[in-house]
Amino acid sequence: MSQVVASMAGSVWKIVVAVGDQVEEGQDVIILESMKMEIPIAAESSGVVKQINVQEGDFVNEGDVLLELE
Amino acid sequence: MFAKILIANRGEIAVRVIRTCKKLGIQTVAIYSEADADSLHVKLADEAHLIGKPRVSESYLNIEKIIEVAKATKAEAIHPGYGLLSENPQFARRCEEEGIVFIGPKADVIAKMGSKIEARKTMETAGVPIVPGIAFPLQDVEEAVKTAEAIGYPIMLKASAGGGGIGMQIVRDEDELRKAFAGNQKRAASFFGDGAMYLEKYIANPRHIEIQLLADKHGNCIYLWERECSIQRRHQKVVEEAPSPFLDEKTRRKMGEAAVKAAKHIGYTNAGTIEFLVDEQKNFYFLEMNTRLQVEHPVTEEITGLDLVEEQLRVAAGEPLRYRQEHIRRDGHAIEVRIYAEDPKTFLPSPGKITVFGLPQGEYVRNETAVQSGMTVTPFYDPMIAKLITKGNDRQEAIKRMLAALENYQIEGIKTNIPMLKEVLSHPAFQAGDTTTNFVEKHLQTTTTK
Repeated sequence: MSQVVASMAGSVWKIVVAVGDQVEEGQDVIILESMKMEIPIAAESSGVVKQINVQEGDFVNEGDVLLELE
Repeated sequence: MFAKILIANRGEIAVRVIRTCKKLGIQTVAIYSEADADSLHVKLADEAHLIGKPRVSESYLNIEKIIEVAKATKAEAIHPGYGLLSENPQFARRCEEEGIVFIGPKADVIAKMGSKIEARKTMETAGVPIVPGIAFPLQDVEEAVKTAEAIGYPIMLKASAGGGGIGMQIVRDEDELRKAFAGNQKRAASFFGDGAMYLEKYIANPRHIEIQLLADKHGNCIYLWERECSIQRRHQKVVEEAPSPFLDEKTRRKMGEAAVKAAKHIGYTNAGTIEFLVDEQKNFYFLEMNTRLQVEHPVTEEITGLDLVEEQLRVAAGEPLRYRQEHIRRDGHAIEVRIYAEDPKTFLPSPGKITVFGLPQGEYVRNETAVQSGMTVTPFYDPMIAKLITKGNDRQEAIKRMLAALENYQIEGIKTNIPMLKEVLSHPAFQAGDTTTNFVEKHLQTTTTK
């Protein structure tokens, strides 16, 4: 099991995967918006999306767990 | 002159406007979001009003809320700064309707310059050069050849529905055009479902040079020389200077006069800027008009000795311009760098708490910022946290002073682009005045994401 964490503070602009999706290492799973810029967050390992902890529009801090893979 | 104005902005520009108001004895009303409660502009204004949540859509872009605060505080005018609502014709119109002076041009002028197509048409009518090209799809390759002949090679062949460089190609002669036309048409049709093709003159190694204008409500308009802003990253300016190291007196005058003609043609009032692309032969082409104060206005102030915010306030209050064109001096050389809270290599934002903040000082150094030690740079707004301006008798001296000032800039806790700025200023190509809009990609080691 692995986690995808926010690399910086910002708001969740888009969630591009759903629970149950197979994702590959390096694939963008969530796009944050920070300082007027879109920041794609990629999965660091392959897996199936087990749980998504945030909703579009949520504010997250650096290090927050965005979603979990297994 | 006004007794009290509201500043519909935040950060360094709000602080900058407050400074001139204090000098002129004008009371100031600041507005702020929940994220900016500890900001400098809130502390420095005579009064400050919370207008909403951190997101700009719930605070700094809330037109009705801002109008409400202006009326409640009896502010006679609103200074919009840059960005946010500064080029929003609806905001200017609401001010007009409520009898509040919008410190900028009329709403319909803002609207006209806000539309790319409309602005291009208007400038063409005013006799301002625009990038030669056509605004209608080509019938076939024969029409393309004929049109290209009239415009002159090299040509940029473009798919009307294009994007991401697809269907776009530089062609240097008729042979290349004939070869490129069919292929690109086919590619555009399959990618976008639309094979319509256009032509535009290709401008190689362009520079971004803009003319600062000042116009009153009595039909007077002057230009305050140019600023060169070719050094950009992610299509945003990073280093600006005045005068341009590239222009000669004749081109400078021609550009200034073209800009004044355009401003008069559209009935422009207040401070405004016309941006041009300038090619290697010093031909200039209209890019867009910014109907507001620019971020980089300090370099113009440094070489002319004028306070642009003061002139904006005077013109908005109905005063005639205090200067004629021949009164505008041009003294020395000024450079501005924008300090962004971002990674210097990837240009990704770096919000966070600033633990140490110390500004370089000196007779030829000017700082514009709203940041202090212990303050948190939030992810809600633009990453520009400060501007640093230096002046010299000539360009070389201004560069030397800028490098020294950057060396003494103390900021810890967040990443900034200062290392990148040092790299630009010390680069032989920059020092030689070889400043084109592709400078960063051409000369610096970066890992741009997009």
